[in-house]
Amino acid sequence: MNVIINKIREEFPALSQQMNGKNLIYLDNAATTQKPKSVLSLLEKMSGEINANVHRAMYDLSNKATILYEGAREDVRKFINAPKRENIIFTSGATASINLVAKSFCEKFLKKGDSVLIAADSHHSNIVPWQLAVEKVGGEIKVLPVDSNGELCIEQLNSLIDSKVKIVACSHISNILGIINPIEEIVKIAHDKGVPVLIDGAQGIVHCKVDVQELDCDFYVFSTHKIYGATGSGVLYGKEELLNKMPPYMGGGDMVDTVRFEKTTYAPLPLKFEAGTPNFIGNATLSPALSFLDCVRGNREERLFDNIENKEISKSVKKEEENIKEFVYQALQHDVKDVEIYGNPKNPEKKIPLFSFNIKNCNSSDIAQILDKLGIAIRSGLMCAEPLLNRFGANGALRASFAMYNTLEEAQKFIEALVKAKKMLS
Amino acid sequence: MTIKEIENQIIEEFSVFDEWMDKYQYIIDLGKQLTLIDEKEKTEENLIKGCQSRVWLCCKEEEGKLFFFADSDAIITKGIISLLIRVFNGQTAEDILNADLNFIKEIGLESNLSPTRSNGLLSMIKQIKLYALAYKEKNKNN
Repeated sequence: MNVIINKIREEFPALSQQMNGKNLIYLDNAATTQKPKSVLSLLEKMSGEINANVHRAMYDLSNKATILYEGAREDVRKFINAPKRENIIFTSGATASINLVAKSFCEKFLKKGDSVLIAADSHHSNIVPWQLAVEKVGGEIKVLPVDSNGELCIEQLNSLIDSKVKIVACSHISNILGIINPIEEIVKIAHDKGVPVLIDGAQGIVHCKVDVQELDCDFYVFSTHKIYGATGSGVLYGKEELLNKMPPYMGGGDMVDTVRFEKTTYAPLPLKFEAGTPNFIGNATLSPALSFLDCVRGNREERLFDNIENKEISKSVKKEEENIKEFVYQALQHDVKDVEIYGNPKNPEKKIPLFSFNIKNCNSSDIAQILDKLGIAIRSGLMCAEPLLNRFGANGALRASFAMYNTLEEAQKFIEALVKAKKMLS
Repeated sequence: MTIKEIENQIIEEFSVFDEWMDKYQYIIDLGKQLTLIDEKEKTEENLIKGCQSRVWLCCKEEEGKLFFFADSDAIITKGIISLLIRVFNGQTAEDILNADLNFIKEIGLESNLSPTRSNGLLSMIKQIKLYALAYKEKNKNN
């Protein structure tokens, strides 16, 4: 047992519970992650104590809440190295962020006959909002395909971006394939043609270091709950120039400058896109969540554990992750057998510890139900990526996605359970 | 036998299982034994789509009694389907409409019928009742 991972696990109370009378093995981290104590205590403190509406009042309590809310914005800015606070818009999640851009950007920049280019490995959240938006203007969706390994056919990108394409939207890492996409290259090719790029970073932000200035993407979105923070909160990073040109998405309080019945002027960024009372508590949890992640990545001096340097934690987590990846990849093929894994990049370093697969002649929901009885939480079904699964001829799949607190022992139990389930079903 | 009597028979059969594994194995075996639906009945029209698994269902009437044929791509779902069919097959439309099923809960499988499990089973029961309603109306008009 890895001592450091064990210490990390102690920070996540949800991990020590039982499910169906067995110790919980939580392998659905791509859907949502568990929360560390620092996040949980901030949630409690802000709900029960520092609870006052932000940006609106002169009294001390409101000021304290606003400081935490705006502090989180600054922490997000630093975490992704955005130039200014104006670039960081708080939303209710990655889905809301993409909907905001799809609606507002397409309204401003698309006309009849124009198109949006999306990648074939997209989550439904990066498909449907664009469909809704292009439908309104009479435009269309174009798709950048994936090859049989699950890698984007990047060589087709240049020819796919014709003069009608007004924006490219793709995921940093697909929630099914777990492959780190070559987003730097995508941004470069699109920018050479003067087309902006949105990156769906819901999975990417968790596993990769993101520097939006170096990457030069125009939009980057992610959800707080997938990165160890609270649910109902998310981020939209956007370039200031574009955000300023885009019309507001929703109207309401806090997003206005002056309101007259004849004409209203809008607040400057970022509040222009934050109508109504924001989820200030959820958004504030980004501070402890990102700080925790920064410590585990070894990017912060201030120690997570008194007697261990953050660099040591980082090394240990990386090693465990590599061990899990190697073990699961091998065991699926050689111990479970008859397994088809979706997402096999030529360079194995491009794969995160996320495995979507099917076992021959076994339905994914049957396997998931048996694993549930064994205390193992994994995902089954269409996983919000129906077109992608159809591409691989599947009507559903299983997915095990690992996080920093998962251990090799858990991975071993997961494989044993799969073997057992397969035997029961055959 | 009445619907209630068949339900009680199933509850009795399941009472021998102490271990969840034995119970699931039994359901899996039932799923394997389920008479397959005719391939030509596996139409879009007869499909009940769930995110987790798909269910096909069709119904025939013989001498005032209803008979159901079903299939699913998930074997546990299929096993539960076979229990449902056992309960409803050969019953009248009237009795099916009046039936208030409780055996699924009694044998500890109620989570499979919860709306949060998108496996098509809940919709299947609704569809069975709809078939019964349709046949009842049809017979009334004849």
